[in-house]
Amino acid sequence: MTRTRFHQGLDELKRRLLIMGGFAEQAVDRAIHAYATRDVELCKRVLEDEKAINASEREIDEIAVDLLAMQQPMAVDLRFLFSVIKINADLERVGDQAVNIAERVLDLAKSPVGELPVDIARMASIAAAMVHQSLQAFIEENAEMAQQVLERDDIVDAMNREAFESLTRVMQNDPTLTRQALDALIVTRNLERVADHATNIAEDVIFWVRGADVRHHGVS
Amino acid sequence: MGVGIKVENLNAWFGKHQALHNISMEILSNHATAIIGPSGCGKSTFVRCLNRMHETNPDARAEGKVQVKDMDVYADGVAPVDVRRRIGMVFQKANPFPSMSIYDNVAAGLKLNGFRNRKKLDEIVEKSLRSSALWDEVKDDLKKKSGASLSGGQQQRLCIARALAVEPDVLLMDEPASALDPISTSKIEDLIFELKENYTVVIVTHNMQQAARVAEFTAFFLLGKLIEFDKTEKIFTTPSEKRTEDYITGRFG
Repeated sequence: MTRTRFHQGLDELKRRLLIMGGFAEQAVDRAIHAYATRDVELCKRVLEDEKAINASEREIDEIAVDLLAMQQPMAVDLRFLFSVIKINADLERVGDQAVNIAERVLDLAKSPVGELPVDIARMASIAAAMVHQSLQAFIEENAEMAQQVLERDDIVDAMNREAFESLTRVMQNDPTLTRQALDALIVTRNLERVADHATNIAEDVIFWVRGADVRHHGVS
Repeated sequence: MGVGIKVENLNAWFGKHQALHNISMEILSNHATAIIGPSGCGKSTFVRCLNRMHETNPDARAEGKVQVKDMDVYADGVAPVDVRRRIGMVFQKANPFPSMSIYDNVAAGLKLNGFRNRKKLDEIVEKSLRSSALWDEVKDDLKKKSGASLSGGQQQRLCIARALAVEPDVLLMDEPASALDPISTSKIEDLIFELKENYTVVIVTHNMQQAARVAEFTAFFLLGKLIEFDKTEKIFTTPSEKRTEDYITGRFG
């Protein structure tokens, strides 16, 4: 009873999830680049690309539900499907964060450029790298690599807290920069969310590969 | 909650072929335990050793210890017929006595043991048929209809009632639903759920979803060896043994 068709279905699901991961990564990269350059056209592409991510999310869910219903997966296959369904939702949310960032850039584009004491580029590169690494861990079925993603989440959280303090000070000291500071604050929060989704993806990879639940530091 | 069946170093042979190798496991009482594994892995042989049915095959023998409560199943002087009264069995194909009425099918074991109290017999037949969830369907035809006149699913529940009538401690079920349609299968599965309140149930099944649905514990057998024995949810989500995982995910078997 070797289940060739079933395992082909799982491979197809993995392939589609990786394509979706590529879309989500690209959306974040474009949104960040748009923030740095205030590129309104690039923002519009991010908004446009979200449709493809949403469509991809629905397709992956459909395939996953079909496989659950028709094949009754067990053990590693069950963990894989469970993880794919959750990673799918996280990737869709990563796409949403990219859209949120793009919307802030569209708003910022209406205001004069102001110097802000926050390193959004660095925060963005860490968050994007976390998404990339969590997907790489998924491709390689590598729990150790996924574990490293979890460790980096603290860095992004700390940066988010620092940004909150420094941007609040900007708003207090120079009210003319309030709008820009507020937009930047929302962007840092979006990036912090992107890192959270990458963390969730990494946790799901660990669950799939090792069968271990490492969410919330393993507290039940 | 005690140990219902304690198996120690159980070995079994068909002639020179060793079908079971050193099986040791403790099966909890008042729980359902599923035995899974590919064809020929020894799962049926294992349950047939528990009530000394194995030795009824020509050239077959078993060695080791099987303890059911105070009964040492393989001790000298223990009669196989007493063992089988304490450890009832239901087979893949329902096997009611075809010419006997429904009533007589259920009462057969007791009558064979010389039980003659009519009123008490009526009570036990009703209780057994209620326990096997068949009473409401047959109560008006108990002595009118033969066991063979019932549907396949009803026949299987009749066989369960027959096994329960002698008040066993353990109920062994060897693929009890594999020849039944989904409705009859779910009736048997619901029944297993109820039966384990009063009995220790061991079920051999090829249907892994069935094992997952009805059993709290699952044992995986391969080539006559017990590979893994654990809580069912552990076996079906994160088995410890690669061979268990490969089997239940359909990568061999």
